[in-house]
Amino acid sequence: MQKVNRDVLLEKAAAMLDAGEVQAVLGWGAGEFAYDVTPRVFETSDELRADFVWNDFCGANLSKYLVSKTKKLEGKLLVFLKPCDTYSFNQLLTEHRFEREKVYAVAVPCEGMADVQKLKALAGDGISSIESTDSGFSVTTIYDDAPVEVKGADVLLEKCANCKSRKHVAYDELLGDEGEVLDSNRFDEVERIEAMTSEERFAFWQGELSRCIRCNACRDVCPACTCEKCVFDNPNSGAENKAPTTSFEEQMFHVIRAFHVAGRCTDCGECSRVCPQNIPLHLLNRKFIKDINTFYGEYQAGAEEGSRAPLVDYTLEDLEAEDVFKKEAE
Amino acid sequence: MQRIGVFVCWCGSNIAGTVDVQAVSEALKTEPGVVFFTNYQYMCSQAGQDIIIDAVKEHNLTGIVVCSCSPRMHEATFRKTAAAAGLNPYMVEIANIREQCSWVHKDMASGTEKAIILGKAAIAKVNLNAPLTPGESPVTKRALVIGGGIAGIQTALDIADAGFPVDIVETKPTIGGKMAQLDKTFPTLDCAACILTPKMVDVAQNDKIRIFSYSEVQEIKGFVGNFDVTIKKKARFVKEEICTGCGACVEKCPMKKIPNEFNLGMDNRRAIYIPFAQAVPKVATIDPSACNMLKNGKCGVCSKVCTAGAIDYTQKDEFINEKYGAIVVATGFNPISMDKFDEYAYNQSKDVITSLEFERLTNAAGPTQGKLLRPSDLEHPHTIVFVQCVGSRCAACAEKGKEYCSKICCMYTAKHAMLVRDKYPDTEVYVFYIDVRTPGKNFDEFYRRAVEEYGVKYIKGMVGKVTPEGNKLKVRASDLIAGKQLNIDADLVVLAVAIEPDKSARPLATMLTASMDTNDFFTEAHPKLRPVESPTAGVFLSGACQGPKDIPETVSQASAAASKVIGLLVKDKLKGNPCIASANELMCNGCSTCANVCPYGAITYIDKEFPMFDRTMQTRRVAQVNPAVCQGCGACTVACMSGAMDLRGFASSQIIAEVDAICR
Repeated sequence: MQKVNRDVLLEKAAAMLDAGEVQAVLGWGAGEFAYDVTPRVFETSDELRADFVWNDFCGANLSKYLVSKTKKLEGKLLVFLKPCDTYSFNQLLTEHRFEREKVYAVAVPCEGMADVQKLKALAGDGISSIESTDSGFSVTTIYDDAPVEVKGADVLLEKCANCKSRKHVAYDELLGDEGEVLDSNRFDEVERIEAMTSEERFAFWQGELSRCIRCNACRDVCPACTCEKCVFDNPNSGAENKAPTTSFEEQMFHVIRAFHVAGRCTDCGECSRVCPQNIPLHLLNRKFIKDINTFYGEYQAGAEEGSRAPLVDYTLEDLEAEDVFKKEAE
Repeated sequence: MQRIGVFVCWCGSNIAGTVDVQAVSEALKTEPGVVFFTNYQYMCSQAGQDIIIDAVKEHNLTGIVVCSCSPRMHEATFRKTAAAAGLNPYMVEIANIREQCSWVHKDMASGTEKAIILGKAAIAKVNLNAPLTPGESPVTKRALVIGGGIAGIQTALDIADAGFPVDIVETKPTIGGKMAQLDKTFPTLDCAACILTPKMVDVAQNDKIRIFSYSEVQEIKGFVGNFDVTIKKKARFVKEEICTGCGACVEKCPMKKIPNEFNLGMDNRRAIYIPFAQAVPKVATIDPSACNMLKNGKCGVCSKVCTAGAIDYTQKDEFINEKYGAIVVATGFNPISMDKFDEYAYNQSKDVITSLEFERLTNAAGPTQGKLLRPSDLEHPHTIVFVQCVGSRCAACAEKGKEYCSKICCMYTAKHAMLVRDKYPDTEVYVFYIDVRTPGKNFDEFYRRAVEEYGVKYIKGMVGKVTPEGNKLKVRASDLIAGKQLNIDADLVVLAVAIEPDKSARPLATMLTASMDTNDFFTEAHPKLRPVESPTAGVFLSGACQGPKDIPETVSQASAAASKVIGLLVKDKLKGNPCIASANELMCNGCSTCANVCPYGAITYIDKEFPMFDRTMQTRRVAQVNPAVCQGCGACTVACMSGAMDLRGFASSQIIAEVDAICR
């Protein structure tokens, strides 16, 4: 259950829209079902009042949409950002992907978002309504009139269960209280995979990646994937491929993508959240983050606007190539 | 479609001995684009080049693949051949079937197979080659010499003699380096100071030479002909241009117990000091770690006694920016640390000294005014043991010493032993050695004199242990020729300690993007044919930073480096490398990643309007490469995630085509 309720966000956005201080609002809009909340641009306060949503299903990171949406507007765009979204916000600013002065960033504290898949696993398919309770959710399905009680902690998104920070690193205005950077266990799973033999690890990833249907949802949602022309769509790139007809997805696609976002990924977890095949894509990115931390010192992409990621920076103290394996062995 | 000619070279038997050149040319003739193929004994010979020129004309070739030696060897040759035939020189690709193939394969079958694969890769690349034209860049007619020892001094004098301005950057308060600390020089035994200090004065008086003493190179940007260097002039708290070097301040300074680094800590200096009498520039320097005035504001004696008013306690580090066309590295050497060599008791006894300390002990300007006295009790030593190869040639103990031969120790030890016997005939002198190496003009004669005329006892064998006992040093050693153990009660033990490159060399190499070997000696562009050039264009090597050297060798290399620098500086313009990066603006995100990784600062950004599909215009931030600054290193092309940045002549598509050809 989120501490700041919908009305606070709604009134803030509506007031600014009505006063003409912003031209549009980038927020979360109601979908067909209670749980399928989607990013949406609102242009009037009436639209907002009708469809604006702020609840435990607002996992979507809105920062990426600023790249395309700000270009279409003359005026300012108000955007709501959860703590993890602000890291992506900074990273995009670092890469000059949108103009800061065209955005009014409103920071919203977040208590963690729910994972629809986990909810369905506990409450069953055919969810017709979801009521928030003090401890979680009361879920009704079309197959049973009696609601199922589900604990909020049991259905947290992976990225929220391993939340790295409740602190907003960028905003114009903060609604509610500021949080802290957290000590998370987000590298535990990476360590488990590192401990495998190379055969086991290959089998693990083959098992995961072979399920890819190449829907491109991971790329499309990723705030680090904002290229004008993606290499996977570019016939001249040598890495173009559009349908999962070969072993490309299994062997190349996700690995190339992980390399492309290495040092830039803020670990917002959107890739795994949107994957319809439940591939734990965030683990590839976290392995890079963990390695960068080990080899070059702690670095959090997006924590600071304009920071130089170790992979595109150079200091005299940088590790020599031959030392990487030594350090890895330690 | 290209019309490609394939020319397979035998290189005498160098290639043909392990690679079936006929089979290679036959196998490559069916590759896409190939319209002509042949093989010949020496493709680089005039006759071989004529074959290429004739084939280009006869078959209207648009691309050339030469399967021969490394492109480092003959790429330039074959590019000139192509130009002579009327082709763009960048339509030539080399398949290295010698270094990467015949020399590393033992049998004909595998050598031939690999040569064919390498040839296919080169053909695949040349199919995608496009003609390139190099740009030009101007040359800044000024040279920078890093290090003011004899190497740096000689290089600077020679460059200045040709009329070009030179700056010397020296970290110490004076130039002169190690040679200034030496007593006599082998094999002629002239006094080091007598031959060095006139050169130091020449440097000081030469209006083409500026000396930045007590200074360090802080940052190096740019490239050959256009280096942009920041020099940090450390605060010496004395106004260099006013100080007359009279020494009144030194005499009156109350801080008297500061170890004197010029005499290797064997006596003391003051907090304000001039390293030695003939220092250049002859200017006092305040040691901020020792000066009371700088530490707690109490004293100020030197400023009171300075009649010139040169003392300035508020002086700050100064940063100087200058452009140079060429950079000479002359960072020199140091003896290695003796901390790991407990067997010689260097850290236990004052009477176990290094050879450089011995030089100071016999030097008239040294701590004992040239009288050979033991450091512990200032008594005259009667038995002296010299130990050679301390930390040199020590393959088995690489973690404490060096694998290489330090080269100068045999000769200076012979010199030390001879001088001792000459001045103090009552002294017994032993020299323990593994081998005595004396290749050099008049070197062996010199060593023979030490043995035959001066009666120095040379013993083949190593010293196992030195134990201080009372006022003696018990030396246990083996005599390999007599096959027995020796126990010598010595008064003084002198260690011929291995030398290593100065510690400043490694970070400097990184700044220069110059390569080093595993021992931190700078690597030459070619070990035999280009020994004074670094593989990085515009960076030259002088003296012991490239490898252990004695003074005659250092001076000749220093002059050689100077002549290379002069050859560069007389040019008004340099032809650039056309293989540079360029951004595809339609794909560029403007993210600045390429600019962040560019070591040359060649990338800037502009806002540019682009027509969109809906007939509107959109302004986007896109990268622009300055072709005069880009060196074609390719760092940006791998950092660019959209693939907008590409390298001409080494486009990603060309590299992928090569890989595909290899994997096919």
